[in-house]
Amino acid sequence: MREAETPVAIKTLLEAIRDALAEEMRRDERVFVLGEDVGRRGGVFRVTQGLIDEFGPARVLDTPLAESLIVGAAIGAAAYGLRPVAEIQFADFIHPAMDQIINEAAKIRYRSNGAWGCPIVVRAPYGGGVHGALYHSQSVEALFYHVPGLKIVAPATPYDAKGLLKAAIRDPDPVLFFEHKKAYRSVRGEVPDEDYVLPIGKADVKRAGEHLTVITYGYNVHLCLEAAERLSREEGIEAEVIDLRTLLPIDRETILASAKKTGRVMISHEDTKTGGIGAELAAIIAEEALFYLDAPIVRVAPPDVHPMPFNGRLEAAFMPTVEQQYTAMRDLARL
Amino acid sequence: MPQLGESVVEGTIGTWLKAVGDRVEKYEPLVEVVTDKVNTEIPSPVSGVVQAILVEAGTTVPVGTPIAVLAADAEDGGEHASGTGKTGGAPFAAVLAPTGDGSGATARPAAASVAGAGAPLPRGVYSPLVRRLAAEYGVDLRQVPGTGAGGRVTKRDVLAFVEGQGLSVPPGKPAVTASGVVTAPLAPSMGPAAAAPDPRAFPGAAAGLDDLVIPADPMRRAIAQRMSQSKQTVPHAWTMVEVDVTPLVALRERAKEDFHRREGVSLTYVPFFIKAVVESLKEFPHLNASWQDDRIVVKKRIHIGVAVGLEDGLVVPVIRDADRLSISGLARSLADLVGRARAGKLTVDDVQGATFTVNNTGAFGSVASYPIISPPQAAIITMEAIVRRPVVIGDAIGIRCMMNVCLSFDHRVTDGLYAGRFLQSVKRRLEAIGPDTPLY
Repeated sequence: MREAETPVAIKTLLEAIRDALAEEMRRDERVFVLGEDVGRRGGVFRVTQGLIDEFGPARVLDTPLAESLIVGAAIGAAAYGLRPVAEIQFADFIHPAMDQIINEAAKIRYRSNGAWGCPIVVRAPYGGGVHGALYHSQSVEALFYHVPGLKIVAPATPYDAKGLLKAAIRDPDPVLFFEHKKAYRSVRGEVPDEDYVLPIGKADVKRAGEHLTVITYGYNVHLCLEAAERLSREEGIEAEVIDLRTLLPIDRETILASAKKTGRVMISHEDTKTGGIGAELAAIIAEEALFYLDAPIVRVAPPDVHPMPFNGRLEAAFMPTVEQQYTAMRDLARL
Repeated sequence: MPQLGESVVEGTIGTWLKAVGDRVEKYEPLVEVVTDKVNTEIPSPVSGVVQAILVEAGTTVPVGTPIAVLAADAEDGGEHASGTGKTGGAPFAAVLAPTGDGSGATARPAAASVAGAGAPLPRGVYSPLVRRLAAEYGVDLRQVPGTGAGGRVTKRDVLAFVEGQGLSVPPGKPAVTASGVVTAPLAPSMGPAAAAPDPRAFPGAAAGLDDLVIPADPMRRAIAQRMSQSKQTVPHAWTMVEVDVTPLVALRERAKEDFHRREGVSLTYVPFFIKAVVESLKEFPHLNASWQDDRIVVKKRIHIGVAVGLEDGLVVPVIRDADRLSISGLARSLADLVGRARAGKLTVDDVQGATFTVNNTGAFGSVASYPIISPPQAAIITMEAIVRRPVVIGDAIGIRCMMNVCLSFDHRVTDGLYAGRFLQSVKRRLEAIGPDTPLY
């Protein structure tokens, strides 16, 4: 007889990230966090709350309001042998650190002929729908997507967030870790207490289906899953929903297998359409699975305008909705 | 030869209504075509003069075969020029072969009846997957009815067509060339000889001198082909229930004269039976379904095929959306379809799209029958003869009007438990009919 299993704790995405940070800092004393207000204040979203009490101000470092310095210092610490986790307070403010990320972190492996890695994690809350207006709502993943040498992770569930952040911290190369603000406290799920790591570069089929494939990531995963359930209930159409989890490197195998299975592919993201992740996905599928397609690839994304309007109604008009996903999925299945 | 319905692969020229040299106006009947389902007058696609008749009356040719050459009037011809490649002021030939990719104008009547409403994509525009499947299975896509948006041919349509033709195994390696050009076989290779199951010759089958040999007409061949295909590819299961229809008999006896006076059509038992069946199908939708490529496609709409026996064959006209009709609506619809079936006046639309079939085998005195499913439907039900029989009721014996109801169902789609519950539902509904059952 097995003993009764202890129930798995239900946690928010934010709590899962905090767990991952704390567990990694306990496991490996080289791991430390740095960023604006991450110490005594516990971070603007309270992700790092309590860490300073357990690990002290030397490993939970409050920095000046200068993103280039935050990432630059992290790169230097990594070169010195540490495992820094830098927090950018909002992804919208990551741009001052572009040079450090693209010209330094991403290129160290190549320019040292493989001798040096740059084991940093840059965490950044991104995404809209929280009434954050122009500078607290952006999705910036596509700006880094073009850069060889980077890894980009964008989890949708608490379980994935914990396992992937641990993998990112242990990765020998730079990882950008994007956390959706709206999902922080609205998305809950089972998060085991034990130490586990999920592979970077592996997508997850969150829902199996045979009539069409929906490829998405971040908060949109939840919109698409809800739309898929409704589609199944009301129309008998079964959508396969793939959560990319890692945007770079992309999991070509899972995407192509599903596209070949269903013959109909919809790509959905909150980032604007032109030059987004969806464009690359569509190109991969067109290159490698064209003769398995039964219908044109469909991209569902907000218009190419500056996110995000401060006006609540305009914000709602910009943000993806379940209804929008539902309609696009249904129309594609019927095409 | 235009395609005059789903699964129709050939047609027989009945009568030429115009001779060579005759003038014909656009939309004027040009030729009568007999298929295994219907007889149809084909309207001329253009105004002009009949230049040549390529297929004589009585000859059967595959869909897509040119059957005549029309010299179209110049001004009318402009919009139909695509089929011939000729331009200029002189009269030019419009070949009446209306299913080719290029002959869009002449194909329209046939294509529209197959594809249904909506503005179709140009014929010949297919998804990469559909082109690949067509090459793998050797399917002529011009013969595949499309169910996608605007009549587009989708993967599902090709696979359903392949299954319907019995081409379950790809006959050869994919014929997609390096340049992506798909070379599918042309129409003639898809004639019934290729599509029909292998007609095995049994020993002693050859006709002797004192035997009478009757060539099968298109309807007989269609029945032979479809029934063989069904029995060879669909695993039939069969079950039967007894139904006490004494109150139904009483209701009909009481109401039939008044009904006939008011409605002008007879009140038979069939509408009551169909109503019980469609209500039960709503409850058990997996029998209003079809087995396709390891999936069950459950049909939301209920179109009931009603088998009508003719002296020399059988047709199965369809009551569309039968679940939206009352008893009297069903009676009127039946009277119309049966009347036109016996007069040979059914249209293509009348005989296609059934999702479930009802057969009144009781009409010829049968008390139990084992009907053959009409694919891609999942089941067929019969109502047998109503017989007065002694029946045990509680602890007594009474004379009751009893009717057997038999069901053949596709055992891939569902199992005996589900089918049995469906039959019990039909039985319960028929037995619940009483003096107060509304006819309207």
